[in-house]
Amino acid sequence: MYPFAYHRPSSIEEAVALLADPEAKALAGGQTLIPVLKQRLAMPEALVDLGRIESLKGIRREGDAVIIGAGTTHADVAASPLVREALPALADLAGLIGDPQVRNRGTLGGSVANADPSADYPAAVLGLGATVHTDRRAISADDYFLGLFTTALEGGELVTAVSFAVAEVAAYRSVRNPASGYAVAGVFVARVGQGVRVAVTGAGPSAFRATALEQALADSFTPEAARAVSWPEEGLNEDLHASPAYRAALIPVLAARAVAACCGTVASG
Amino acid sequence: MSIPIRLTVNGRAVEVTVEPRILLVEVLREQLGLTGTHVGCDTSQCGACVVWLDGRSVKSCAVLAVQCDGSAVTTIEGLADGEVLHPMQAAFREHHGLQCGFCTPGMVMSAVDLVHRNPRPTEAAIATGLYGNICRCTGYRGIVNAVRAGAEAMEQS
Ligand SMILES: Cc1cc2nc3c(=O)[nH]c(=O)nc-3n(C[C@H](O)[C@H](O)[C@H](O)COP(=O)(O)OP(=O)(O)OC[C@H]3O[C@@H](n4cnc5c(N)ncnc54)[C@H](O)[C@@H]3O)c2cc1C
Ligand code: FES
Ligand code: FES
Repeated sequence: MYPFAYHRPSSIEEAVALLADPEAKALAGGQTLIPVLKQRLAMPEALVDLGRIESLKGIRREGDAVIIGAGTTHADVAASPLVREALPALADLAGLIGDPQVRNRGTLGGSVANADPSADYPAAVLGLGATVHTDRRAISADDYFLGLFTTALEGGELVTAVSFAVAEVAAYRSVRNPASGYAVAGVFVARVGQGVRVAVTGAGPSAFRATALEQALADSFTPEAARAVSWPEEGLNEDLHASPAYRAALIPVLAARAVAACCGTVASG
Repeated sequence: MSIPIRLTVNGRAVEVTVEPRILLVEVLREQLGLTGTHVGCDTSQCGACVVWLDGRSVKSCAVLAVQCDGSAVTTIEGLADGEVLHPMQAAFREHHGLQCGFCTPGMVMSAVDLVHRNPRPTEAAIATGLYGNICRCTGYRGIVNAVRAGAEAMEQS
């Protein structure tokens, strides 16, 4: 690690002022950033530690939304009785990230800001049509994920919270990389009012909505309807874990499993 | 730029001065001489470096020491009561939960944290609870047996 200065603000305002310096970087749980610093893939001049900003932490319900502070750990989301009751699919997803030690440190804000193509949270953010709140604005999930490790966040913009609309029913199913736990492909299905939202992570450069699956499931919310959709492999990720063709095959299968989970049945295959 | 930080390590208050880039595991091993915490990979994969930070298991190779200012840290050295092993340590010895022992400090710290949250873990819960700990020797059978026995012994003690 190259040397850097260290700041530990106690308020969002103080953090935003420190992050106005383009050479400064936010540090949340550090589960992504510290390894990146070790590999010298990033060399910020200063780190702004968000860990002591209490207003970034916590989970609350407001009407039809569950609002989770950016600094809330994956472990706290997974264990939250409020999330478990209102959005069990989100609690389950948080409980699948990495391993217990990563979940004890890693945060929602860090995951959403990092926008790793294989991260799990983006599927829920997009699948539930969540809103990403920052120090300066509210960004709808559909406008937030722009590409590989790329989001709508501006330089120095701080994610403060994410508000998730409570779905009628929702489920997430993924195939995990057995070593890291990251999604080789993951599909989040949510039924909100009359509509169905389907978001895919792990398969493309960033999380995306699967509109063909949404249409098929709006017509018939059944595992069979999901499995009948054939997904093109063009534009999907190729790496040592899976080919684009394999990922394309996984998308309808995982969607079918998620729908089966929504319907309380077990999907075959 | 060096920063003074205060920690409570295994119940003892300590003050050290660190550069911001120094990891928690480096302070524990190099400044405090607590070499029970191991570094296997230094890339967040293996779990040999697991300690508790304010009662939660973390990979100390992925935490900056400055982030821990004011916190309580427990390492493997803090588990035993003098010469009397912690029930989980005793169970690892009894049930062949180790061969070379390199992964063991992290395994035990993760296992006790797991049992604190889930006093009677099933075999599946033990497997997911130890997902962040890798052992290249045992094949895990002895470890799972040890954790199950350790959990029972913890309940009785
Ligand atoms: C072994 C291992 C396994 C993992 N497995 C998975 C997995 O299965 N699924 C998964 O989804 N993830 C996985 N992760 C990643 C993990 O979820 C990280 O915790 C997460 O991606 C980053 O969160 P963090 O709080 O640690 O952020 P940090 O590492 O502190 O920061 C990450 C980036 O986000 C920026 N940032 C942080 N907070 C904010 C904020 N509030 N506003 C703006 N920018 C911010 C930082 O500047 C940095 O660029 C894994 C990580 C490890 C080490
Ligand atoms: S040394 Fe920390 S996880 Fe391997
Ligand atoms: S006993 Fe050798 S690595 Fe686990």
